[in-house]
Formats: sequence, structure tokens, C-alpha cells
Amino acid sequence: MKVRAQIGKVLNLDKCIGCHTCSVTCKNVWTSREGMEYAWFNNVETKPGIGYPKDWENQKQWNGGWERQRNGRIRPKMGGKWRLLSKIFANPDMPEIDDYYEPFTFDYEHLQNSPEMKAMPTARPRSLVSGERMEKIEWGPNWEEILGGEFSKRSKDYNFEGVEKEMYGEFENTFMMYLPRLCEHCLNPTCVAACPSGSIYKREEDGIVLIDQEKCRGWRMCVSGCPYKKIYFNWDSGKSEKCTFCYPRIEVGQPTVCSETCVGRIRYLGVMLYDADRIEEAASTEDEQDLYQAQLDIFLDPNDPEVIAQARKDGIPEAWLESARKSPVYKMAMEWKVAFPLHPEYRTLPMVWYVPPLSPINSAANAGKMAFKDDMPDVRSLRIPLRYLANLLTAGKEEPVALCLERMLAMRSYMRAKTIDGVIATDVAERVGLTPAQIDEMYHVMAIANYEDRFVIPTSHREEAEDAFDERGSCGFSFGNGCSGGSTETNLFGTPKKKKIQTPSEVMRS
Amino acid sequence: MAEFLNHLAFGIYPYIALAVLAIGSIIRYDREPYSWRAGSSQLLRRKQLWIGSLSFHLGVLVIFFGHLGGLLTPIALFDALGISHGAKQTLAIAAGGVAGILAFFGASLLLHRRLFDARIRRASSFSDIGILALLWLQLVLGLGTIFVSLDHLDGHEMVKFMSWAQGIFTFQGDASSYVADVHPIFKAHLLLGLTIFLLFPFTRLVHMLSAPVRYIWRSGYQIVRSRKAAL
Repeated sequence: MKVRAQIGKVLNLDKCIGCHTCSVTCKNVWTSREGMEYAWFNNVETKPGIGYPKDWENQKQWNGGWERQRNGRIRPKMGGKWRLLSKIFANPDMPEIDDYYEPFTFDYEHLQNSPEMKAMPTARPRSLVSGERMEKIEWGPNWEEILGGEFSKRSKDYNFEGVEKEMYGEFENTFMMYLPRLCEHCLNPTCVAACPSGSIYKREEDGIVLIDQEKCRGWRMCVSGCPYKKIYFNWDSGKSEKCTFCYPRIEVGQPTVCSETCVGRIRYLGVMLYDADRIEEAASTEDEQDLYQAQLDIFLDPNDPEVIAQARKDGIPEAWLESARKSPVYKMAMEWKVAFPLHPEYRTLPMVWYVPPLSPINSAANAGKMAFKDDMPDVRSLRIPLRYLANLLTAGKEEPVALCLERMLAMRSYMRAKTIDGVIATDVAERVGLTPAQIDEMYHVMAIANYEDRFVIPTSHREEAEDAFDERGSCGFSFGNGCSGGSTETNLFGTPKKKKIQTPSEVMRS
Repeated sequence: MAEFLNHLAFGIYPYIALAVLAIGSIIRYDREPYSWRAGSSQLLRRKQLWIGSLSFHLGVLVIFFGHLGGLLTPIALFDALGISHGAKQTLAIAAGGVAGILAFFGASLLLHRRLFDARIRRASSFSDIGILALLWLQLVLGLGTIFVSLDHLDGHEMVKFMSWAQGIFTFQGDASSYVADVHPIFKAHLLLGLTIFLLFPFTRLVHMLSAPVRYIWRSGYQIVRSRKAAL
């Protein structure tokens, strides 16, 4: 057993209102620069839909994630190392920018400069890549917002597999949910495996997966390797970039920007301990539907004295062990079993987990044929088909998702009895395998969701890893060439010289 | 005067070009690692890239290793192996010709794409377009030499280039005299080749120095970086 810790994340989709605050704040902080206009480290999709980039879940097309070979070992679905290198000159598994969308701005200036005309001047779109006029905008990062577009196109959604989808195209039976997506910071990331330069790595101390920008050569295999399509090729710098899990914030104990700004308070951050020696074994599990359980099995109980002893031996700081015991992520994933990994069948062992959403009772059940099971509505009569959620979260295995939804319904029923009737409905709790105390805590963490319950993030101990004396006067975060404040405008090596530090008076002047 | 110019171009210039290539690449690797990349434009346009890039790279790789082995293998070694100059010349024309045509076809597609696709044109720097144009021109010149070489299949012209290249690398002061009387198209090809060496560190060509062959024997797939190990 080798104990490693990671800051894991849970998104409670039951509370997501699809406001895109996470996407916008993330964009403002990380990707609002040339070459990355099209990239959204965090984006919110409306499901069912094919998403962004188009049809990202279709691994028959993109070959993302891992595949289990006949000998029981796993390798990237793109192919082994030789096969992967053979794609280096032209990568057949890589989306084009149009699969995301061509980034654009509007000719706002025309509104002010336009001569007198018969018609009102308009601001027409212009491509941010080619600078040319765009006659029509065809796609965007959220093109299917609130079921936008025809059902026939949206229904290509991969999660409809095994669902009789025709009826969901009818207005009466339609359903929707939001799916905010970001890098999963997987335990078994395919991007890392696919990077020929070895520039992508997982940080041992907090599990964040990062791209070494100075080591990246732009071979773009990671873009294909990642089944979630959460690695973006910066067409300006020629390097790949990805969600950094806001590591400068995490290191000082602050939540990521997307989590901090989430108005629905759906995001949770907490420490997960896991057995690093069993990652490959778990990812190689034969049956795809067992991968969810396999991942649960390598998570370690932070209250187990044996685990604590080993964790100390493996150098995990005491504050991290303390946080692991209070981790909301551990509670939701392990204790209450209400959070699930996104597409475990990709075998990446993702670390951003999701609480599936409840939905209204479907119209058939509403019209008198309400399916009740033990005084609670049957989760199979909810509008969002169980199989759809299972395809998204458990490789199609319905039982764990059904239990989760029942527990969430039970929480409502239990709390209603408690606050309105003043009765502790022990039977409701027990029917879903929980104790009243557990439901109280679930309610506290998931419904009330106070800041300090949502984010339990220990600071990283940089002093153990770095000599602070060497860091004095350094510039923290920059693009290349250290802190060079060199003033030459031209650069022999083809990168535009961007001045990194501006004095306030310079800002005033520009 | 002609002799002096010849010495300047083929006796002195090679050292300037090679020195800039070596020192420039080292400085860039050290000072500007963020600028060290292949510069793929596949994201912006897939069209033409698949065939263009594949045939260009495969052709150029064959040509590169052909030139490397052909020019720098000691002549004595060929003699010892019993490979006649004529046979080597024929092989060079055949293999180089096929690879050259492949690379030329690819480079033409890539150049067309780079110049006439609005997205890629906008995203290209001066050096991106310039070096591709020079490579294209170099391929034209290289293919052009085939027609001259067909007139002397015994390989005696080729031996001149081998002597010259090996002379340069063994610091023989009179190396340039070997190529004093060759056909002008060869001289143009050599001069442009040296110029590409000179420009190498300032263009995207540096990506060939980081061809990821080590990936093949990297143990396992995953990489975990530990801060503690760094101390």
C-alpha cells in the first residue's frame, strides 16, 4: 500500500442552475488570451446533447481514454507507444477548431463609425482566428443551451445508449439537466500516458495534473488521449493547455475559481486518500460496470489507524490527514454513495465526481399512474431516465444510481417529517440504508452547504519542498523565460515579447 | 576572385552556419524553452494536412538520413565494402528522387495551405512562412540536381561532395576546392542548405531536435512529479 492524497471534487448536479458563472470566471482568469479564445477549461453543457467539442463522448471517433487488451492489460485507445508516435505528423484522432467553435468577436466599432445609412448599423461577427467576416455562427461552447436545436441532432448523445429515445423527443416527455465539465485530474490520466515529450505530470502532493509549458513540444497527442476533451491546443503558442485546478489557490487553501464563484453552491473540494499501488489494477478491471466499484475500492478510509500509519510513513502531512477525515468528497463518494465518476468506462479513474440530479415525476406517472414504492416515488418514474444517468456515471449500471436517488428522496422526506411534523422518521432513513444522524449530516453538507463544509482544503507545505530563499524576488506565474523583463520588442525565436510587469503609470498611459 | 568567393561560400560559411546552428539552438533551449515547439496547425485546418504533412515528413526524413549517411560516411568505408561510386550514385538518385518527389508534393500542399488558408496565414509568423518556402525551394533545387547527376552516373561528382563535407568536418582548410568546379545548381543547393542550417535555431525547425524517441522506452505510462524528490 502506498498512500497518496488528492484534492478531489464533487459537483451536485441536483442543485446546478446552469448559470455558467463557473465557466465565465474561469475564462476570465485562465483563457482570455490569444490562441485560447475557443478553450473553456470549465464549460456547462445541457444534456441531452452532443456537447463541446461536438460529440466528445464518442470514443469510436476520438479514441480517447484507455482500452483493455485481451491479455488484461490496458493501453491508450489511440494505440500503444509505436502506434501513437506514428500519428505524430498528422493526428487522425484530433478535433478541428470547428468541432469546438471558431472564436469570434463583433465589429462593435461599426456601430460608432458607420456613415448615415438606410438601415440601422449592426455589429457583425468576425473571426478571431482569421480576422475574416463570419456570415453565420454555426456552433459554440454551449450551443445546445436549455435544449436548443433539434432533438434529432441532440439525441446523438452517447448516453442514450440502451434507452428508447424516441419518446423523449416529444414535448410532454422531454427532460434536461446541466453538466458542468472540467479536467477530471484522473488517477490514471491518458493525457499523461499519451504525451511523447513527458511534459504532462501528476503532482504527487495534491494530485493536480499539469502540463509543463516549457517541456511541451506541441505534439498534440494529449488532446486525443483525454476522453473528456479537456486539453486544448493553443494555436498561438503551439502548446497544449489545460485546467490547472487553480493550483496557486489550492496551495494556499483556497477553492478553485469555479468552486468559489458557484452561486448554486454545488461544488465541493476535499482530500481523498488512495492506494497508488493499485491504480493500474483498478483501471484494468475486466467489466466496465465494475470500474466504479473498483475506484471506490482503492480509496482509503482516513479513520483507519492502519491507513493513517502508512500515510504518515509516506510523508502525508498531518493537516492533510485531518482534512481527509472531514472531507465532504469522501462523505459523498464513500459514506453516502451519492457521488459518481463521470464515464468510468474510460478507465481513467476520474477525480471530479457528480451527484446525479433528481427530476420531476414524468407525465405518465403524474396522470394518476404515479409509481410509488414504499411511500416514495419510484426513482424509475423520474423524468430523467435512470439508464441515461447510469450511462453517464456508472457505465450503465443502474443500481448504484437508483440507490443514490432514493437516498436523496429519503433525505427530503426525512427532513420534511422532521421540520414540519416534528417526527424523526427513522424508518425512512433505514429503508435506504442510512441512519438519522447520517441524513442530518447529508442535509447539512448537501442542502445547507456552508462554505466551510464545502471546501476543506489543507494548505500545501511548500516549505518542505522548496528553499524559500531561492524563490525570493521571483515572479510566480509567467509564460517562459523566467521573469525576464527584457525590453526588446523583437524576439529572434518567434515568440512575441510580452512585457510581464507593468507599473501603474504605464497602465495609465496605455 | 572566384576562388575567394568559392572559399567564402564553401570554406568559411559552413562553419558560420554550423556554429550558429549549434550555439543558437543551445541558447534557445536554455533561454526560451517556451518557444520550442513543433508549431502544428492541425487544429486550425485538418484539410491538406494529413497527406501534406505525412508525405513531407516521411520524404524529408529519408532525404535527411540519406544526405547524412551519404555525405559523411568515409569514402574508404564504401571502398572497403566494395560498393562502387557508380552504384552509390544510382542508389542516391533513385531513393533520393522518390523521397524528394514525396517531400516536394507534401511541401507544396503545406505551402499552399499556409499561404492561402486565411486562418493559418494569420497564425503564421514570418519565419513559419519563410522557412517553409526555403525548404520548398531547396527541394526544387535538390530534385533539379538529379538531371545533372544523370550525366555522370559513375559518381565522380558525388565523391567531390563527400570529400567536401568530410573536409569541412575534419577542418581541412582547402575543403572548398573540391566543389569549385561543380554545376551551379549544386552550388545553389549547398548554399541554400547551409543557409537553412543558419536559420535553424530561429525557426520552428528546432522541433526536430526534440523528436520524442525516448517515449518508446519510457517505463510505463504514468508520470508523477514529487517536489520532495527534487530537494
